[in-house]
Amino acid sequence: MAQSNDVSADGAKYPAVHYMNADAGIKSWFLTLDHKRIALMYLVLTTLAFIVGGLFAMALRIEHLTPDRTIMGANTYNRMFTLHGVVMIFLFMIPAVPGVFGNFLLPLMLGAKDVAFPRLNLLSVYVYAAGAALALYGMASGGADAGWTFYVPYSLSTPAALAPVLFGIFILGFSSILTGLNFIVTVHTLRAPGMTWMKMPLFVWAIYATSIIQVLATPVIGLTAVLVGIERIFGFGFFDPSRGGDPVMFQHMFWFYSHPAVYIMVLPTMGVISELVTGTARKNMFGYKAIALSSLGIAFVGFFAWGHHMFVSGQSALDAGSFAFISMLVGVFTAIKVFNWVGTMYRGSIAIRTPLIYICGFLFFIVFGGMTGIALATVSLDIHWHDTYFVVAHFHFIMVGAVIMGWLGAIHFWFPKMFGRMYHEGWGMVSAAFIVLGFNATFIPQFLLGNAGQPRRYYMYDERYWALNVASTAGSTLLAFGVLMILIYLGYALKNGAIAGDNPWDLAGLEWKTTSPPPKENFETPPTAEEDPYTYQKKGETVEHVVI
Amino acid sequence: MKALGNMLNDLMRQMLFLPEQASTISTKIDFLHYFVIIVTMVASTLVGLLAVSFFFKYRETKVGASTPIVNPSGRFEVVIISVPLIFFLAWGWIGFKDYLWYTSPPKNATDVYVTAKKWMWHFAYPDGPNGNAVLTVPANRPIRLLMTSRDVIHSFYVPEFRIKQDVVPGRYTETWFEAVKPGRYRIFCAEMCGTWHSQMIGYVVVLPPAEFDTWMARQRLGLVGKIDTSGSDTADTFRGDLVSYGRKVAGAQGCLKCHSIDGSQHIGPTWVDLYKRPTTLENGQTIIADEGYLTDSMMDPYAKVVKGYQKVMPSFRGRLTAPEAAALVEFIKSLRTDSLENLSSKEPVYGPVERR
Repeated sequence: MAQSNDVSADGAKYPAVHYMNADAGIKSWFLTLDHKRIALMYLVLTTLAFIVGGLFAMALRIEHLTPDRTIMGANTYNRMFTLHGVVMIFLFMIPAVPGVFGNFLLPLMLGAKDVAFPRLNLLSVYVYAAGAALALYGMASGGADAGWTFYVPYSLSTPAALAPVLFGIFILGFSSILTGLNFIVTVHTLRAPGMTWMKMPLFVWAIYATSIIQVLATPVIGLTAVLVGIERIFGFGFFDPSRGGDPVMFQHMFWFYSHPAVYIMVLPTMGVISELVTGTARKNMFGYKAIALSSLGIAFVGFFAWGHHMFVSGQSALDAGSFAFISMLVGVFTAIKVFNWVGTMYRGSIAIRTPLIYICGFLFFIVFGGMTGIALATVSLDIHWHDTYFVVAHFHFIMVGAVIMGWLGAIHFWFPKMFGRMYHEGWGMVSAAFIVLGFNATFIPQFLLGNAGQPRRYYMYDERYWALNVASTAGSTLLAFGVLMILIYLGYALKNGAIAGDNPWDLAGLEWKTTSPPPKENFETPPTAEEDPYTYQKKGETVEHVVI
Repeated sequence: MKALGNMLNDLMRQMLFLPEQASTISTKIDFLHYFVIIVTMVASTLVGLLAVSFFFKYRETKVGASTPIVNPSGRFEVVIISVPLIFFLAWGWIGFKDYLWYTSPPKNATDVYVTAKKWMWHFAYPDGPNGNAVLTVPANRPIRLLMTSRDVIHSFYVPEFRIKQDVVPGRYTETWFEAVKPGRYRIFCAEMCGTWHSQMIGYVVVLPPAEFDTWMARQRLGLVGKIDTSGSDTADTFRGDLVSYGRKVAGAQGCLKCHSIDGSQHIGPTWVDLYKRPTTLENGQTIIADEGYLTDSMMDPYAKVVKGYQKVMPSFRGRLTAPEAAALVEFIKSLRTDSLENLSSKEPVYGPVERR
C-alpha cells in the first residue's frame, strides 16, 4: 500500500511500515498470527454476515407489506426468518465486537504485543469460517425453518435441513470459546507494567466479563444443538415426548445459553460505549469501579435469569417469580452504567462528532430496550407480550440497536487507529442519524404491534395489523440506506481519507500511544501504564477534583 | 370519578394500540402496563434531557481541553442503585401477584378440554358438545382450559383476554379466563408450529350467560340427531357428526348412483370395506385406498382409475367443499365390516370458520 502523501497538511504522519504491509502476499494474511490482521479478517467476515442477514431482514419486511402473500410463500418465509436469526446472532452479533475490536484493541489497550495464544486466535477464525460454511450449506440445501430458537418437537419433525445448521452452531461455539479463553488469559498475563486491574480500560473489563460467559455458557448450546441433531438423525428420545423425552427441558437448556448470550452480544458494546463516552467527552470515567464491576455483575446474574423466557411454558409459579426477581437485578446493573455514562458528560468537553450520535442512539436503545425488558420480566405483563412483536422489538432494541450502535460507533472511533485515515465527518453524522432514526421507525411500530397482539413468526397477519407493518417496513428502508452510506464512505476513506496521525483526539489510552496504523509489534518500545487511561489533563496542571 | 378512570383507561389503551379488555385479567395487566410505561417514559425523558443539556452546556470549545476529575460519592451510587431497584421490585411484586392469580383457576371454573394440532384447535366440554376452531363460552363465568397438543408445541393466545399458555405434547397445561364482554375474539397460535402457524385460526365466541345456557341445552338435547335430510344444510349450518353428514352429501351429490353401500358391484367400486383396501389400478400399480387416495379420486378421478372400471366419473373439484369431502371420507371409513365397532366419529362438530 504505497502512499503518495504520507504527511498531512497539519503534520500528521502515515507510517511507511505498519501491520497491513509488514508482510506481503496472500499467505501472510491467511496464516497470520497478528491479532490486528485477525481482527480485520473478522471485520470482513462479520460485515458479510451482517449484509446477508440484513438482506434476509429486508425480504421479510417486504413480505409484510401486505397481510397475505407479497413476494414469497409460507415455507420460504419460515426459512427466511430462521436464517435471518441464525446469521445475525451466531455469525454476526456474537463474534462482531469481540472478534473485531476485542482482537484489535485488547492487546493494544493492555500494552501487549499480541494476545496470549496467537495460534489459537488464528484457529478461532477458521473454526468460525468452518461453522459458518456448514450452517450456510444447510441453508442452501433446504434451509432450517424452526426459528433460531429451534424449539422441539417442531425442530425434530420438520422436513427442512436442520442438522447441518445445528452442527454449524456447535462448531461456531468452539470459535467463541477459543476467543473467550484467549482473552481471559491475555487480560490476566499480558497487562503492561503498572496496569493494575483498576487501571484497565473499561472495554477490557467488558471483554473480560464477556469472555467468562463465552467459556462457561457456550458448551451448553453446543451440547443442546448436538442432542437435537442426534435425535433428528437417529431418533433418540431426548426431547420428543412421544419417545419419552421432555420438550420443556430443551427450553431450559437452550435459554441457559441463549440468555447469557444476550450479554455476550451486549456487554462488549457496553465497553465500547464506555470508551466512546469518556473519549468524546474528554472526561474521566464517572464511577469507573461501578461500571467495571457492573459488567461482572451482569455476567454473573445473567446466568440465572433464563427462565424469564418461559413464563407461559408451564413452569412453576415459584420458578417464574424467582427468575423475574433475578432479571430485575440485570436491569439495576444496566441502570448503574447508564447513569454513570450520563454523569461522565458532566463538565466534560464534548466533541460533536459521529461517535456522539452513536452514543445517543445507544443510550436510547439501552434505556428503552432495557426498560421494556424489565416490563417483560414483570411476570404478568409477559403473558400478553410473550411471543408477540413486542418481544421482537424489545430484543432488537437491545441486541441489535445497542450492538449496531456499539459496532458502528467503534468502527468510527477507532477507524483512524486501524487504518490511519479519517472518514468524512459530515457523512458519518448523516448516516448515523439515518440509522438511529430508521431503527426507531422500524421497531417502535413493532412494539405497538405486539401490544395489539400480533404474534411473531406470522407469515400472514390480520388486516388490523396492516398499517403498523407498513410503517415498520418504511422505517427499515431508512436503516438500510444508512448502512449503505457507511459502506460507501468508509470504503472510500480506506484509501483516500485524510491522514489521521497517531492520536488525533489527544487521548490517553495506550492504543493511542503508537502509530496509526500500528506496527506489526504494536509498540516500538514496550509501554508502561503509569497514568490512568482516562487522563485528560496536561502534565503539571492543577487538577480540579469534584465529588457529587 | 369512575367515568374519568374509564376515559383515562381508554385513552391509554388506544395510545398503546392495546386491544379491548374482554376478560377479568385484562384490566389488571393493562393497569400494571400503564404504571410501568408511564414511569419509564418520565424517567427516560428526564435522563435524556439531562444528557442533551450536557451536550450543549459542555460542548467542546477547544480541542484537547483539560477537564476536572469528577467522581460519584457513595451516596450518589446508592441512590442510582436503589431508586430503580425499588421501582423494579414493586413492578415485579405486582406482576407476580397477578401471575399467581392468573395461574390459580377458581374452583368453580367450568372445564374445557383443548387439543391443538397442526393447524387447528379442538374444544370439548367433558359432558357436552365438542368442535373445532370455535370455543363457545358464557360471559361472566370462569372457564378453565385443560390443554394438550397432538404434535408440536402450540400456544393458546387471545389478545383481548391478555392470556397465553403454551400447549405442550405429552402433558396437560392449564389456563383460565373469565370473559366480561360477549363477542367473537380470535385465537392465535403464538408458538412457531410450521408452515401455517399464522393460519391456525380459532375463535372464542362469548355469549351472554342466558344465551349460552340455551345453546348448551340445545347441544345436549341431541339436536345433532334430528337433522332434516332435505339437503338444505351446508357445512356451516349442519350440526351433526361427520359420518351422517357424509351420508347426506353422498345422497345429494349423486355418489350413490354409481357407488353402492351394500357391497354390490355397480358402475363404480363399492364403498364397503374400501377404506385401507389394497387396490390394483389400471396401470398395474397397487395402492392402499387411504384418506389421501379417496380425496384425490373425488377431485381428479382419472389420475388413478381402479382396474376394471371405466373412466366415467366426473371431477368434483369445486363442487365439494373441504368439509364435505372430509365428511365423505369419514362416511366411507365408517363402512368397514371388519371394524369391531362401527361407531360414528364424535368429532368434529363444524362451526362456521372463516379461512383466508
